Amino acid sequence: MAAVAAFAGWLLRLRAAGADGPWRRLCGAGLSRGFLQSASAYGAAAQRRQVAHFTFQPDPEPVEYGQTQKMNLFQAVTSALDNSLAKDPTAVIFGEDVAFGGVFRCTVGLRDKYGKDRVFNTPLCEQGIVGFGIGIAVTGATAIAEIQFADYIFPAFDQIVNEAAKYRYRSGDLFNCGSLTIRSPWGCVGHGALYHSQSPEAFFAHCPGIKVVVPRSPFQAKGLLLSCIEDKNPCIFFEPKILYRAAVEQVPVEPYNIPLSQAEVIQEGSDVTLVAWGTQVHVIREVAAMAQEKLGVSCEVIDLRTILPWDVDTVCKSVIKTGRLLVSHEAPLTGGFASEISSTVQEPQFGNSISSESPWGRINRSCASQSLPPSHGSVFLSS
Amino acid sequence: MKGQPLSRRGEGRISEGWSAKMAMAVAVAVARVWRPSRGLGRTGLPLLRLLGARGLARFHPHRWQQQQHFSSLDDKPQFPGASAEFIDKLEFIQPNVISGIPIYRVMDRQGQIINPSEDPHLPQEKVLKFYKSMTLLNTMDRILYESQRQGRISFYMTNYGEEGTHVGSAAALDDTDLVFGQYREAGVLMYRDYPLELFMAQCYGNVSDLGKGRQMPVHYGCRERHFVTISSPLATQIPQAVGAAYAAKRANANRVVICYFGEGAASEGDAHAGFNFAATLECPIIFFCRNNGYAISTPTSEQYRGDGIAARGPGYGILSIRVDGNDVFAVYNATKEARRRAVAENQPFLIEAMTYRIGHHSTSDDSSAYRSVDEVNYWDKQDHPISRLRHHLQSRGWWDDEQEKAWRKQSRKKMSGPSSFISEEGYWVPASEVCLRPCTYSKCSVMEAFEQAERKLKPNPSLIFSDVYQEMPAQLRKQQESLARHLQTYGEHYPLDHFEK
Repeated sequence: MAAVAAFAGWLLRLRAAGADGPWRRLCGAGLSRGFLQSASAYGAAAQRRQVAHFTFQPDPEPVEYGQTQKMNLFQAVTSALDNSLAKDPTAVIFGEDVAFGGVFRCTVGLRDKYGKDRVFNTPLCEQGIVGFGIGIAVTGATAIAEIQFADYIFPAFDQIVNEAAKYRYRSGDLFNCGSLTIRSPWGCVGHGALYHSQSPEAFFAHCPGIKVVVPRSPFQAKGLLLSCIEDKNPCIFFEPKILYRAAVEQVPVEPYNIPLSQAEVIQEGSDVTLVAWGTQVHVIREVAAMAQEKLGVSCEVIDLRTILPWDVDTVCKSVIKTGRLLVSHEAPLTGGFASEISSTVQEPQFGNSISSESPWGRINRSCASQSLPPSHGSVFLSS
Repeated sequence: MKGQPLSRRGEGRISEGWSAKMAMAVAVAVARVWRPSRGLGRTGLPLLRLLGARGLARFHPHRWQQQQHFSSLDDKPQFPGASAEFIDKLEFIQPNVISGIPIYRVMDRQGQIINPSEDPHLPQEKVLKFYKSMTLLNTMDRILYESQRQGRISFYMTNYGEEGTHVGSAAALDDTDLVFGQYREAGVLMYRDYPLELFMAQCYGNVSDLGKGRQMPVHYGCRERHFVTISSPLATQIPQAVGAAYAAKRANANRVVICYFGEGAASEGDAHAGFNFAATLECPIIFFCRNNGYAISTPTSEQYRGDGIAARGPGYGILSIRVDGNDVFAVYNATKEARRRAVAENQPFLIEAMTYRIGHHSTSDDSSAYRSVDEVNYWDKQDHPISRLRHHLQSRGWWDDEQEKAWRKQSRKKMSGPSSFISEEGYWVPASEVCLRPCTYSKCSVMEAFEQAERKLKPNPSLIFSDVYQEMPAQLRKQQESLARHLQTYGEHYPLDHFEK
């Protein structure tokens, strides 16, 4: 609720020289009153654990890929993995706890179906998991590695950045590990705190040679994951963990691909471009709806989908049209991927795309300020 | 116990009669009253001793339903984490570094076979190939080291003293076995007949380099010869080699993967990861550690406190051996047997080859800063893999001084190196002396091939941007075009004549 209110407040500044301080805005002056639940609504004594507010907004049922089935995000991932192992006899899935089905149930049933040589546990060692996966991929077999939480991907950073990303380049294309895909749960879940909530995509965005992908929904996840697995470059696929159960929609049973490095304009608009990826797409969708209803602001909503290499053309085309840009992500503000987007759109080659009309800032980043303690999870996700 | 699933290891499972179960039920009731935080009291403690704490824990209400099959009242350990007996004496296991794992060798320092049953009985042709590979590598090292000193290439690493580890192990493998190296295994490629032109092309980074001139010298790679391109970070190849071995096992390829690394790289986390994964996932891999005494300036006494690398193998459940790395037959025998069993049994092997790094770590290093010249000379003169093999060959009548002279002339020609590197008397001139000799290139008549590598152009600058991805993404194409425009305008400030158009 507060997230939506905060966005609404920022948008207010576009239209009026509002003198209200930010606190008044949040606490219920005018517009925000109807949307904020005051603390007294819960009673002074009861402190209910609040999950972050956002509403998953499913996309309409896809018709072009055949029969669909209701799936949540982890089931969509399982379906993609099932399709991959069925199609590609060299494909193997490995990581911590994948054999029994995975801590997020993404690999349920696969070991029974495809055998213990294809779906297996590894020792608890992320640098080993990724290094091992690179080695499998070097032989040409398909390696699908799971890192249990994106927060734990850092021991594998050397293998990803110094090895996987550079394998083809440094060998003059004699060798490559293109058939490696690394999957990892990503992003805030409400109670995850510092070490079960991170969004490390910015660290990897600085690493040419790999691809980094974040889906917003089960349908997107299956198509993007299948594209990552089939892509001839090592890919990191971050799965928003809060969506594993919360996101439910109709997903095709058969395999299908959603192209990488293509952002999707989910909603067209004319006044401001909103860019996000993963869970935050649903937040900004809600913001766009609110802005239209309350402020008459027409927002163009873009789901970036692939962080690296990112779809510069779609975003810049949109900003040229609207003249204003807001990028929103969960990861910390400084050095976050919003910086890359905002600096690129300001390059001279895109002309004077940024509107000179609005004196309160033409490009804005709405991001986390820091890592988050568990008790503040709900506040953080709303801020 | 290897390979036995943990769930089947509990032969000593307890099965108890009803009276015992009743006693346990009483114990449970007692335990509920005397919670740990309140202490067990005078009644609780003797009860606990009688029944065993484990018994109480086992009879937690839930566990009662689960415990069905107890065969005896034997007090055997039931822990899933280890298969071992109890001991009631407090004793720390003493690591044995004074008399560590023994070093397997076949030849003595004079090249004589010690135990005839260990003689691999290799044909003359093969043993001569060992010798020629090692000596050609030695010659190439001298010339390329010197060429760095003269500013012709930017960097080089020699293999002095370790030629036996490369050639002995390479000879024991099949040609299609995949090799993951660290950076001091050029002899493996040499044994697999990698052309000298390609060694030099990589060091010069010229248009003939298969790596397209992207890496520092000695970062060789060859797909045809199944030698994965070298990378600079240490030990990163170890878990990768394990993955490749796993894939080879799944493909029923009857191939082994060999992974080389030094005793310094074995300290990296990646080494631990690789060993553990290979053992748990049952991969057909040979871990080959070249323990040459130094990691740049760090001696082994500062690298580890245990009994080297071989002693770590059993800790992971890996069959391990320590060999004399300067004895090419010992290296050969150990690698041959490891290969046979790794493929047949799908399990890893660890070979620690003890040797000595006679040369500097690289052209950026001067090892006289941290070790004595006497120490180096000892290994160069008294225990060198090339000398030992030559003595062996000569004692067999397979080699003599005339052939030696002819071979040196021929290899010089192959290398096109200056003749002043190899003394007239026929000694292999110690590396330390070579570095100090004045350059006599202008006098040498066989420089053409060497100069050819030098004269060749460097690859086109546009290749900076290709192969980052399989396909070139839009952003990289823009950067490539930007560089091209820049060079068009400001090309005079760049040595573009040295680059292919």
